[in-house]
Amino acid sequence: MKIGYYPGCTLKTKAKNLEISTIEAMKKLDVEMVELDRWNCCGAVYSLADDDLVHLLAPVRDLIRARDAGLTPLMTLCSMCYNTLARANLLMRNDEVKREAINNFMEEEENYQGEVEVVHLLNFLRDSIGWDKVKAAVENPLDGIKLAPYYGCTLTRPLDVSVDHNTYHNVFGDMMKALGGEVVDFQEAETCCGSYQVISNPDAAEKTTVRIIESALKAGADALVLSCPLCDYNLGKKQADLMASREGIQPLPVVYMSQLMALAFGVPAEMAHFELNPPLTREFLEARGLLARV
Amino acid sequence: MPSTITKRSIDMDFIEKVGTISGEAFKTCMQCGTCSTVCPMQESTEVTPRKIIHLAQWGIFSTVMSVNMAWMCASCHTCAVRCPRGIDIPKVVEAIRLLTLRKNKNFVEPFEIVKEQIEEMPQAAMVSTFRKHTA
Ligand code: SF4
Ligand code: SF4
Repeated sequence: MKIGYYPGCTLKTKAKNLEISTIEAMKKLDVEMVELDRWNCCGAVYSLADDDLVHLLAPVRDLIRARDAGLTPLMTLCSMCYNTLARANLLMRNDEVKREAINNFMEEEENYQGEVEVVHLLNFLRDSIGWDKVKAAVENPLDGIKLAPYYGCTLTRPLDVSVDHNTYHNVFGDMMKALGGEVVDFQEAETCCGSYQVISNPDAAEKTTVRIIESALKAGADALVLSCPLCDYNLGKKQADLMASREGIQPLPVVYMSQLMALAFGVPAEMAHFELNPPLTREFLEARGLLARV
Repeated sequence: MPSTITKRSIDMDFIEKVGTISGEAFKTCMQCGTCSTVCPMQESTEVTPRKIIHLAQWGIFSTVMSVNMAWMCASCHTCAVRCPRGIDIPKVVEAIRLLTLRKNKNFVEPFEIVKEQIEEMPQAAMVSTFRKHTA
């Protein structure tokens, strides 16, 4: 099976571990990820101004190229890309006036009406592969590891682009269960990590990351599981700063969902590129024998 | 923070602009405060989301523009999915930010971000910051 794939900028640089581990794990499911040719940055955030159409051009151009290349559904791994592309796509489907204005502006491209379906790894696995098939591909189950799936904001908000339409979101936990892990529910699983405020208002971002980390630890989590490179930065890479500046904060390893999937499927650990995670992640996985098993 | 409301203090032009840019009927806000209770940034904001909406409803331009609320919002949509009036609060807040940014004023100066941080930060952090906090 083939699936269209939109990487986005961070996955080609700082978050190669998210990209490569997914590509390798998907091979074990007989899924080939076909990368969109000539993709451009989606803009990372969806424009919230009603009179701002120009920032929609970037995601819409990606969607047009995906349609023209027959890459629908188009899968994303980064939660921010997912949100931006999925929202732009919905607007092109549902807002006749804006659709016309955008199509008129992009003279060279053929008109777009939202023909592509934008999916995230999570709902792709659930809807197109199925948890049974995921379970069947597991060679090294994540036995006895308490995993706290962290949704953050952009996977489930706003509701019309949520990867899970249940009131109680469980798609992320279901993936971890399929890999043999134990799922830990914690109160701040959908609390914003501070997002881009890490640059402009780092103290404010820190307050919310502390809350998230403490909540996951209190619920008994061994590790926090992520799908967004910005969450990884705020909750993982910045943890060392947190420890240095605040007393009483315990460390919590963070890991991408796809890295755990790769390990569970028996993909060689080098392909999950743990050198790009905070050192704590590798230490934790080593201590649990997860790196030695493959 | 008490605000005196008189006929002259209500900036109709400001109310209209926020409405046009956001596309939101924020006058329907009933001040229930749900948005404030769920906002992850509330510890760091000088006023709550509820209050910024109230100030915008009354066209109290100078207060809306001088408090840090719009710059602290992380556009997380936690409030928006819970508002019983269906108001997309981050859109209103974005409109307030844009009233500054569209005057070519940055909230963050890209050249002031230190090299070490640029080297370790994911691209998504920079792109989103520049989109939200620079003109
Ligand atoms: S949740 Fe909605 S109605 Fe309630 S105070 Fe906030 S904006 Fe107003
Ligand atoms: S979108 Fe902004 S105002 Fe609303 S809860 Fe998030 S940070 Fe607070």
